[in-house]
Amino acid sequence: MRKLKFIEEKFFRILMFISTNLIVILLLLIIFSILYKGLPSLSWAMISQTPKGGFYFGKEGGILNAIIGSLYLSIGATLLAVAIGLPVALLMNVILVKHKKLINAIRFILDLLWGIPSIVYGAFGFTIMIYFGIKTSLLAGIITVTLFIIPIMVRAMDEVLKTVNTGLLETSLSLGSTHSETAFKVFLRQASPGLVTAILLSFGRAIGDAASVLFTTGYTDHIPTSLGQPTATLPLSIFFQLSSPIEEVKNRAYASAVILTVIILIISVLARLYSKRYQKHKINF
Amino acid sequence: MMIGLILVIFLPFFLGVGLYIKSTLLLEDQSLIDLLFSSDWRPLAGKFGFLAFSVSSIWVTVLSLLIAGPICLLTAIHLTQYAKSWVLRIMHPVIDILAGIPSVIFGVWGILVIVPFISKYLAPFFGVNTSGYTILAGAIVLAVMIIPFVLNILIDVFKTIPDELKEASLSLGASQWQTIKLVLLRKAFPGIVSALGLGISRAFGETIAVLMVVGNVAKIPTGIFQPGYPLPALIANNYGEMLSIPLYDSALMLAALILFFVVLIFNFISRMAIVRLEKQTS
Amino acid sequence: MDKGVKILIKDLDLYIGKQHILKNINVAIPEKKITVILGPSGCGKTTLMKSMNRLTDIYPDVKVTGQIFINDDDILHTQMDITKLRQKMGLLSQRPYPLPMNIYNNIAYGLRISGRRKKQFLDKRVEHYLKVANLWDEVKDRLRDPASKLSIGQQQRLCLARGLAVDPEIILADEPTSALDPISSQAIEEKFIELKKNYTIILVTHILRQARRIADNVIFMYMGEVIEQGTADQIFNHPKEEKTKSYLKGLFY
Repeated sequence: MRKLKFIEEKFFRILMFISTNLIVILLLLIIFSILYKGLPSLSWAMISQTPKGGFYFGKEGGILNAIIGSLYLSIGATLLAVAIGLPVALLMNVILVKHKKLINAIRFILDLLWGIPSIVYGAFGFTIMIYFGIKTSLLAGIITVTLFIIPIMVRAMDEVLKTVNTGLLETSLSLGSTHSETAFKVFLRQASPGLVTAILLSFGRAIGDAASVLFTTGYTDHIPTSLGQPTATLPLSIFFQLSSPIEEVKNRAYASAVILTVIILIISVLARLYSKRYQKHKINF
Repeated sequence: MMIGLILVIFLPFFLGVGLYIKSTLLLEDQSLIDLLFSSDWRPLAGKFGFLAFSVSSIWVTVLSLLIAGPICLLTAIHLTQYAKSWVLRIMHPVIDILAGIPSVIFGVWGILVIVPFISKYLAPFFGVNTSGYTILAGAIVLAVMIIPFVLNILIDVFKTIPDELKEASLSLGASQWQTIKLVLLRKAFPGIVSALGLGISRAFGETIAVLMVVGNVAKIPTGIFQPGYPLPALIANNYGEMLSIPLYDSALMLAALILFFVVLIFNFISRMAIVRLEKQTS
Repeated sequence: MDKGVKILIKDLDLYIGKQHILKNINVAIPEKKITVILGPSGCGKTTLMKSMNRLTDIYPDVKVTGQIFINDDDILHTQMDITKLRQKMGLLSQRPYPLPMNIYNNIAYGLRISGRRKKQFLDKRVEHYLKVANLWDEVKDRLRDPASKLSIGQQQRLCLARGLAVDPEIILADEPTSALDPISSQAIEEKFIELKKNYTIILVTHILRQARRIADNVIFMYMGEVIEQGTADQIFNHPKEEKTKSYLKGLFY
């Protein structure tokens, strides 16, 4: 009887060991396969030129359109999301701090929003575009992606501000100049690593998402010169060019995949480093 | 500030209403029940039966949970009950990085690795001939995508179980495994169900990665080696044509609305359960 | 081992990671008496108690050196199944932790684990130990109710009944009355005095008064070390060490 129990435990422990390692192996496998396919296609020409002869058929050129386009879009959306989201997060944690029920309700709604798939935001963005007569453009993309990442941004910032002593901020707002400056500086030093992490993570989500830009941003070979022009993005660069029968076009897709993956990895590492700093400076009252 | 707050609080409402308005055109024409349960999808003839897509979505989602669920459960138990602390320290960044990888990258990986694997090795093993672009491929890719998400929740759930409860079980003569089986899992059960519920809602809405490997054939799939066409893929693939065929855009917006509600409901129920769980343990 | 000594601990050192939690512990616990481990918060008394049935095993990064003899067997280096050893020692925690099952199954849990499943046998045991813990009358009509529905005092008595049901020789109690009201606390204390006829009881507490009320023997700990040990009379009335004297005067807790 005891033997049986022992074997059962052993069996499951082996399964646990396998499944834990499986996850690590999967991550390595994914990164490796992307690099394997994409690195050979990565060259200076690839990242410094736009596609020549049309992105779907043209054999020449690179993915500069997507790189710049993605950067414009994601930075724009992130800035807009910070502009809207940071005040909301501050509002929740500084001014509304006494109304526990309201705050929990807001947090709950944010969690719900956070779970809504990006394609819903894309479809919604599309309806807004039609309603306001906006064409597929950088602007439409920025608006849609902003809506998509606001819940993520606010929730992440809220988590940070929840643990930082916002009493410092309150004091700084109500005291005389020297005291308020110091209190504000201390608050900033405590909160900023965590806030930076929140911004980085939101940026990562913004730049990697395809479904929200699919309907709204369009695609083009050119680098946009105004908000009203359609814009290429890295995710769509992969999505549209991957199924091309032309080898060179496919390679552009793989190269985009490498660039995107590398960007995400860098963001993850930076976010980790920053959140460690945040833990270090966190003063526990 | 207040405008921002109002925007945020009412966003789900705006999303729902916006999509609904666009769908009304179609809903005036045909009843919701007909649309949901008909498998006749011929937009050019004005036929918009969603059944094939809903069934595909359900297949892919359920299968991905069947794959991801045990892996997440086993790993979460291992990391919180058995493993030394350095293992957990390595796994945290691994899980976070996996969680941050964009959908489209998973799609590329699916095409490079999973699809050939199915068509060259797995399917022939079962005597099936397929291109690899199947429900199974979609489910595998989806499973890998939701693993970090569900795993993090499960780790949190297990961490809330007080050590003293485990100690009580151990001092009654139970082994660590018996304690996990009979006490820990029981106590964590509501949390586990919530984690799976949230996993379902995440899987249901995932678009790009699944789309790239699932085949996109608008027929009700009859097996995991058949191609499928989940609801998000439908929306994503056809947005180009939607304005040129009458009622097509309405149909796609309706699909988005259905997606929105399904995800919202699962999310809501799962999160309410977690809130009640947290109230209980505090 | 000397006659009358139930547990003998020799040169025990315990580390959690780099922290040296227990330092060079040498104690002898006499059988069928109440031994109180006394000391300020954080002195390691709970860890010491938990190391006696190797509950410390389940914490990551724990390292233990030394010997712990129970019935002439060094449990730190034994070949025996540790789960059998643990059944010899019942545990009562600070706050009651009923298992997530009904009242009946809570008591029957330990018995079922060791393979005794006959309904008649379990029924008798459950009734007997609920009576011993003075809980039978209050719950006899609702044995299938979830244990979580009981009051805290009832839950603690449930945990006592649960621990006794597996026939331990030793009872380990970690501040068992700290979450209870005075009446329930008194009930538990009186129960312990009754139980020591048949069980060796080790009680961890930082309530001096409680120790004075029920201890036969005392081990005084401070910062991971045993400062002094002896009979209750020796420690309370003729303490030898300075730290013991200061603690008894209430200079620190």
